[in-house]
Amino acid sequence: MIPYIPHTPEDRQVMLSALGLTNVEELFHSIPQKHRKPEIRLPSPLSEAEVVRELKRIASRNTSAEETAFFLGAGAYRHFVPAALEAIVSRGEFLSSYTPYQPEASQGTLQAMFEYQSLLADLLGMDTVNASHYDGAAALAEGVLLAYRAKGGERKTAVLSSALHPEYISTVRTYTEPHGLRIRGPGEGAWKAEELAALVDDSVFCVAVPFPTFLGDLVVYRTLCTATHEKGALFVVSVDPISLALFEPPGAYGADIVTGEGQSLGSRLSFGGPGLGIFATRGDLLRKMPGRLSGITCDRKDRNGFVLTLNTREQHIRREKATSNICSNQGHVALRAAVYLSLLGKTGLRTVAELTYRKARYASERLGSIPGYRVMNSGPFFREFVVRCPIPAEEVVHRLATQKIIPGLPLSRYYPDRTQDLLVCVTELNTREEIDRLADALSCVGAEV
Amino acid sequence: MRTDKKSIRTVEPFIWELSVPGRVGASLPEADVPEYPLPGEIPLRTELPLPEVSELDVVRHFTRLSRLNFSIDTHMYPLGSCTMKYNPKVNDAVSSLPGFSEAHPLLSEELCQGSLELLYRLQTALAELSGFQAVSLQPAAGAQGELAGVLMIRAYHLDRGDRKRTRILIPDSAHGTNPASVSMAGFTAEQIPSDKRGNVDLAVLRERCDDTVAGLMITNPNTLGLFEEQIEEVTAIVHQAGGLVYGDGANFNALLGYLKPAHVGIDVMHFNLHKTFSTPHGGGGPGAGPVGAGPALAPYLPGPIVRTVEPDVRYTLFYPEKSIGRLKSFYGNFGVLVRAFTYILQMGGEGLRAVAEHAVLNANYLKHLIEKRYRIPYNRPCMHEFVATGDVAPGVHTMDIAKRLLDYGFHPPTVYFPLIVKEALMIEPTETESRQTLEAFAEALLKIAEEAVSSPELLHEAPHGTPVGRLDEVRAAREPILNRTQTGIT
Repeated sequence: MIPYIPHTPEDRQVMLSALGLTNVEELFHSIPQKHRKPEIRLPSPLSEAEVVRELKRIASRNTSAEETAFFLGAGAYRHFVPAALEAIVSRGEFLSSYTPYQPEASQGTLQAMFEYQSLLADLLGMDTVNASHYDGAAALAEGVLLAYRAKGGERKTAVLSSALHPEYISTVRTYTEPHGLRIRGPGEGAWKAEELAALVDDSVFCVAVPFPTFLGDLVVYRTLCTATHEKGALFVVSVDPISLALFEPPGAYGADIVTGEGQSLGSRLSFGGPGLGIFATRGDLLRKMPGRLSGITCDRKDRNGFVLTLNTREQHIRREKATSNICSNQGHVALRAAVYLSLLGKTGLRTVAELTYRKARYASERLGSIPGYRVMNSGPFFREFVVRCPIPAEEVVHRLATQKIIPGLPLSRYYPDRTQDLLVCVTELNTREEIDRLADALSCVGAEV
Repeated sequence: MRTDKKSIRTVEPFIWELSVPGRVGASLPEADVPEYPLPGEIPLRTELPLPEVSELDVVRHFTRLSRLNFSIDTHMYPLGSCTMKYNPKVNDAVSSLPGFSEAHPLLSEELCQGSLELLYRLQTALAELSGFQAVSLQPAAGAQGELAGVLMIRAYHLDRGDRKRTRILIPDSAHGTNPASVSMAGFTAEQIPSDKRGNVDLAVLRERCDDTVAGLMITNPNTLGLFEEQIEEVTAIVHQAGGLVYGDGANFNALLGYLKPAHVGIDVMHFNLHKTFSTPHGGGGPGAGPVGAGPALAPYLPGPIVRTVEPDVRYTLFYPEKSIGRLKSFYGNFGVLVRAFTYILQMGGEGLRAVAEHAVLNANYLKHLIEKRYRIPYNRPCMHEFVATGDVAPGVHTMDIAKRLLDYGFHPPTVYFPLIVKEALMIEPTETESRQTLEAFAEALLKIAEEAVSSPELLHEAPHGTPVGRLDEVRAAREPILNRTQTGIT
């Protein structure tokens, strides 16, 4: 007996005889007989206890960040998640509801969406934020496509900073390739503002940059943004939202489109998904932007309520002329972000960002002073920095794993020639003791060389 | 009117309306490292306009909001094509095991063999259920799976130097995501009509198929809830013209253990794990839209995917030979994949077949209970869902029926879709609803049909029992209010 199918034999009997049938299989007769009811080679059903035991066994084959001194980031970050957040978002009324197409039965979801849109708009300094995209990579890809459409489709080149997350660059390539668009920047290794400015000509519809960069660097984009506009192109910034508690948001210096990964706002690492695609625009791009929006209206008694609005942009209305094919989004992850920003609030988010900044600085000084190690970032950084090791970084990771330390990401994963470089990530959850332990362990590895 | 700024008042105040300077809602550690000044060369933020509220303020606010929702946990939610079945709690519990929730996607492979094992076994289970050669778990949702599939079809033709195939055919009953995905992949979408039995019109299909057709996208069972009776002819016609067939797996729930789509000529298909495999919809997402492919398209699947190095022991990530590349970072919506895998393990092969049987039995039983009062335009045995019409009395529309259902404590079915049926009510009860619930739902629908004749104003003005009445969508779009600043409330 399966607990998720409530039918008793008597129920089945009553239902079948009402339909004038003797066997449920008769309902499947429109399926060609020779293909009907094939053999399915899957294991027999398991009880809940058996399933949990098996899944615990599988989970135990992973190294969980909790059981180590953990310094790995590179696009997925471990920040503090309050218990109150988990309690709120696990409510069935949020988790087991559908897209709010029937607004009178979905005011909770719609208001939470509206609050997410507002909290993010404030954080990014932008006019309109949609109710989420799949993740930071897909949001950037759709941001680039929005810029292409907004410029009328004549210009065919996007300039991308080579310092964007390598997987974001790959994703943009997948999305833009069928439209015959060219990507300039990663091939040239251009990421500094003046290097990127030099690539902008009148074939370029947008310049897309990260803040901070994949390697943690903080770059000032104001001049580049102005130069991009002067050439008639749009400026797109892919942000880490936590960093914006300290630094000027892209809306303040004129960004047209802001995208980003919102996993750091109250979501777990969860092996890289679900993430949260942040997607924001200036007001005049509103009717061209993809994704759902919750807006305010009123009922016949003049009471205010929320509805999904500007639906004529979307696939279920506009079909092949829609601004995107997106339907399911990351709504529940956006809810997590809204609850996170509410709980952390004005002072909490700033504290998280400050602690992250300071601990990363402390770690870089400790690591940079170990003989044989060198910090490679030339300017200020947030949360992440690159350390050049005396031996291959993969080897460092391998050796430290036995001491329950995950020291960072060997950059050879994405840049094959950077074999000795390690990308180290520090957040407010890393203690000074852990950082010192990392430094000591690296020091031991270095001393053996 | 109330959409004038400054006069907006909502049932539950906005979180920022609860804000009091100095209040905090989270406890954070003291700094245990020296203070470093922020970098002078990077412009700093001057103002951070976030709320200042206590933990209890936040808990009460969002708990109150949650209570304004209908959900599966609180109400029957028979949305056609959305498969709002019960989401087992054990799936959520398992996905929050620290081994999964605290696993980083860029751990070296020897430190994340658990994740890789799970992904591999899920790929294998989906391939077994569908008959495909290989499966990629990358796509984050059904629509992204569609985009992946259409890009694979594109890459296949280009690889063969076949550059004139620019059209993709789509039946007129299809979901809007199909034509939208086709446009995103750089093709032209072209509509194929349905015939009188609700199947693809074969004569028109034959006529339209030539050497400029890249492929066909087909949903089976289709959005009328009907199995495409000539599915093998359909796929053969497209294949003969040199095209490939995309299967939209939104309705795969009906076929579990009864048909492997690869056996009837489908070349590539996405699965909606948030429909067929019971993962929660979360008020809009996250979903997961893995794609499976047969021999022609398997080399083009998006990556990375997982293979075994040493069977049942060691696993590794790789890109298929001619992969279309990445659609997002990392490896799909892993937390969703864990839930779906848990569900498959618990159900087993025979349990999944029972899912299809009871989903189809429930839909037919419900159709039987209401067909004396609601017209069923394509009335033959249905699969997991069926389409009725809401024109039960003069001047009464489907929207009126839908809103009145809310007063009876039922979430309405999908309305005005598929587009080929006027006044459509698309009803999918799913296998997790009991006979008693179905009967109560049917009774409500029949009662409403009576009200439609005796007191139609009850329907026109419905809903009466919800926190707000019928909302004016036109007004919302005319002058959009989409964030705090635009409300004028700070």
